[in-house]
Amino acid sequence: MNEVFGIPIQAFMGQLMLGLVNGSFYAMLSLGLAVIFGMLNIINFAHGALYMMGAMLAWMGLNYLGLDYWWALLLSPLAVGVLGILIERTMLQWLYQLDHLYGLLLTFGLALVIEGLFLNAYGVSGQPYAIPEVFSGAYNLGFMFLPKYRAWIIVASLTLCFATWFVIERTRRGAYLRAATENPKLTQAFGINVPLMVMLTYGFGVGLAAFAGVLAAPAVQVGPLMGSNLIIVVFAVVVIGGMGSILGSIVTGLGLGLIEGLTKVFYPEASATVVFIIMALVLLVRPAGLFGKER
Amino acid sequence: MDRKLLGYGALLAFGLAAPFLMYPVLVMKVLCFALFACAFNLLIGYTGLLSFGHACFLGTAGYVAGHSIKVWGFPPELGLITATLAAAGLGWAVGSLAIRRSGIYFAMITLALAQMVYFFFLQTPFTGGEDGLQGVPRGKLLGVIDLTDDYALYYFVLAIFVFAFWLIHRTIHSPFGQILKAIRENEARAISLGYDVAKYKLLAFVLSAGLAGLAGATKTLVFRFATLTDAHWHTSGEVVLMTLVGGMGTVFGPVVGAAIIVTLQNELADKVGSLVTTIMGAIFVLCVLLFRRGIVGEAMALYQRMVGPRP
Repeated sequence: MNEVFGIPIQAFMGQLMLGLVNGSFYAMLSLGLAVIFGMLNIINFAHGALYMMGAMLAWMGLNYLGLDYWWALLLSPLAVGVLGILIERTMLQWLYQLDHLYGLLLTFGLALVIEGLFLNAYGVSGQPYAIPEVFSGAYNLGFMFLPKYRAWIIVASLTLCFATWFVIERTRRGAYLRAATENPKLTQAFGINVPLMVMLTYGFGVGLAAFAGVLAAPAVQVGPLMGSNLIIVVFAVVVIGGMGSILGSIVTGLGLGLIEGLTKVFYPEASATVVFIIMALVLLVRPAGLFGKER
Repeated sequence: MDRKLLGYGALLAFGLAAPFLMYPVLVMKVLCFALFACAFNLLIGYTGLLSFGHACFLGTAGYVAGHSIKVWGFPPELGLITATLAAAGLGWAVGSLAIRRSGIYFAMITLALAQMVYFFFLQTPFTGGEDGLQGVPRGKLLGVIDLTDDYALYYFVLAIFVFAFWLIHRTIHSPFGQILKAIRENEARAISLGYDVAKYKLLAFVLSAGLAGLAGATKTLVFRFATLTDAHWHTSGEVVLMTLVGGMGTVFGPVVGAAIIVTLQNELADKVGSLVTTIMGAIFVLCVLLFRRGIVGEAMALYQRMVGPRP
């Protein structure tokens, strides 16, 4: 069998693979959004900007300090996580008592600040800062580059997603976290330091976004605008999946990536909008989202 | 009451004199964005719905006005009406999907649907893609008044703004507006009182989208082009910022906010380049942390503290 529905099987599998790669990013980012929303009741609009920052930090680390990919994969999420903790301590913590919308507005402002700073330093559109040759080849010795890296993206992100799921759903720490999500006051009354957990959750969530950014850096072009369009798609993913379940976020993210890949094969004109169309359909049929519950 | 009338009169006099004090095109831009922000405020301030996709109505109306006037040869007034109706129609489609969820999801849905509209404009040929729809003639109003003259156009734009502002004012103070406020304050109670909340929300959304469209169409007439920028999510964010700076849920807040943000952008554009984005973001952060009531809201609170509670 060389063809699937009249499409050469290599092209078909290639697009499917690409879809899965995109899906892994959707999964990682929507997972982070869901975990943050669960604890902070805030939709983190800055998620895309922090994802971009993760990638930009990796690029800067390589170009200015000579830190290679593996260091970037470790240090960039840490740096962004620390920044996240600072943001939570200095700004977000004052908003928990207010309407959820203020959290969205504040993080939107932060996204603009971060994006503007990088735009100012590294130029406007057209992704002028492509990844240097050395970067893309350095850590893939002896392999066929592209497929190997894509496979690595999928393996790494899935491992991380399921590790997150395991920690939250199957460990004692995770049980505290779930308890604090459900009823913060009662959890605190049992002697658990909820504000600390909230702070670390935000740090972890944005660290996850930065990790996704570093993972994406060699596969896409690194530039200040890489996060802002992605985050809107991820919002649609979140609406489709609902933020109630962690496994739900992962499955929805991967599934939509695959569907997007398939659309690229069969009807490329719609590939940019297919996720939004699915969102509209889901809203018509199941307004709460596939895995969501009304709250 | 007389004092209020006097205030409105003074504002109108200022509006009539403004083009002789400042560059008329800039004032028209402020008026367009002020109308846009007032339309947006009708949703966030009086119905409690945060739409993060209002740029798609501004952009759609801009393109429809541009296309109908330039290609189909519509006179300007008919072009504006067509564009406003198109935006209201799109508002009906987006609104009926978005009101199925509330709160934060509502914001995300409107943002996502607006992004879909943006991609549509990016891909369809009639919009001119990245170049935009250029060279839209201003034409003659009712076949008589030549709008190519900036001053003539200014008074036309001012008339549109005053009409729309009056319409919003009437809406807010009508029984319909009271129900909207009831929905904002306590949706469950409004439902239990027997109001069809979804219908009211949708109607408010369509009205807001239509007025945002009127702003977009007027903007096309002023600048003679329609571009993708108008439909971009950055513009959606800008209108949120204008309303927030001026004061959400106040009558004049959006006008003040629009004047400040448009002037600021105009002043900063050449000086700081892409740092404008950062500055806008910083204003956002500061407003949310320190001035959640906005300039007009804070001023009113201060005034009331000085003169004591209203009798």
